[in-house]
Amino acid sequence: MVCQKCAQDPVYEIPKANIQYCKTCFSEYFEHKVWKTIREYGLIEKNDHIGVAVSGGKDSMTLLYLLANFAKERRDIKITAIAIDEGIEGYRNRTLDGLKKFCGKEKINLRIFSYQEEFGKPLDIMVKKYPKACSVCGVLRRYLLNTKAKQLGITKLATGHNLDDEAQSVLMNQFRNNPAVSSRLGPITGVVQDAKFVKRIKPLYFLSEKETSTYAFLRGFMDTYIECPYASDSYRAQVRDMLYEFEAKFPGTKKNIIQSFLEVLPVLKSKYKAEMRYCQTCGEPSQNEQCKACQFIQILTEK
Amino acid sequence: MKVYIERTKEQKIIEAGDCKELLQKLKINPTTVLIARNGQLITEQTKLNSQDEIKLISVISGG
Ligand code: SF4
Ligand SMILES: [Zn+2]
Ligand SMILES: [Zn+2]
Repeated sequence: MVCQKCAQDPVYEIPKANIQYCKTCFSEYFEHKVWKTIREYGLIEKNDHIGVAVSGGKDSMTLLYLLANFAKERRDIKITAIAIDEGIEGYRNRTLDGLKKFCGKEKINLRIFSYQEEFGKPLDIMVKKYPKACSVCGVLRRYLLNTKAKQLGITKLATGHNLDDEAQSVLMNQFRNNPAVSSRLGPITGVVQDAKFVKRIKPLYFLSEKETSTYAFLRGFMDTYIECPYASDSYRAQVRDMLYEFEAKFPGTKKNIIQSFLEVLPVLKSKYKAEMRYCQTCGEPSQNEQCKACQFIQILTEK
Repeated sequence: MKVYIERTKEQKIIEAGDCKELLQKLKINPTTVLIARNGQLITEQTKLNSQDEIKLISVISGG
């Protein structure tokens, strides 16, 4: 088997479609899909200042690489990479090293905010009191990204979420009967134009985890595998594994989940728009006057 | 051939005619890994021979 288009050795195969792509043709296919998503969903507009949420992992490195290239051709677009250092010894410090090197080489403005500086202690210490590391970690990360993005004058916050991440979220919200949460998914969020809430964009929305990994590998972003010491068999991980099994048996499952979700998303958005409340402190969507993150941060920083 | 599974850091010796068969023998879901031979990515349909050194790279992010 050779590449469909140019007869070189293939690096990627579209399952069951019998289409094989070589390095060059796969990269073109991948980038084309990203640009198409940006264009069709209006992810980037004139004079945008894009904050790219980066962890040093393959998805966010791929995203940063692509958006930095985009900004080279679009003089009106500004890019700032934003990383959160949770304070996870042996993990985050290592992923951030690669990121720092990359940003230095590519002359990308990188801002790193740490739990230690912002909340007084690293995650490694917080987990002694709050053993659910991932809930604490996620809540605080989202909070920091949002508040720092606003301070930096960022107009849109780009994240490396891919097709797999989104399909998992859609299913999780179905399984838990959380349609209001689903109404805030999609390639671009920001139901209401609210000065307190920075719009989120997901340029890798239609690319699978395998496609993103393949691209990241070809660009040298697939570093040796390191796993966060707190990564556990979460609900999301179980949904992910189930979806992998389904995808192998019924190729196209994840794409179908997303396609049908996008069909109903406008309905969800209009239904939950009116009910949408925002946290008085940070501006994130929240059912109460103060969101979970802000309540938690208050407890955490109180002595 | 020698197969290295990055996620679990396992090294195995196994024979297979192509990558598809290799993954089946290892009971690894093809949508969860990249397959590299001598640092180059190959696909499920790629034919293998016993001198090959294969590395299986997990596509799942580590948190
Ligand atoms: S696995 Fe959990 S603790 Fe580790 S970085 Fe991810 S969310 Fe944070
Ligand atoms: Zn080609
Ligand atoms: Zn809040």
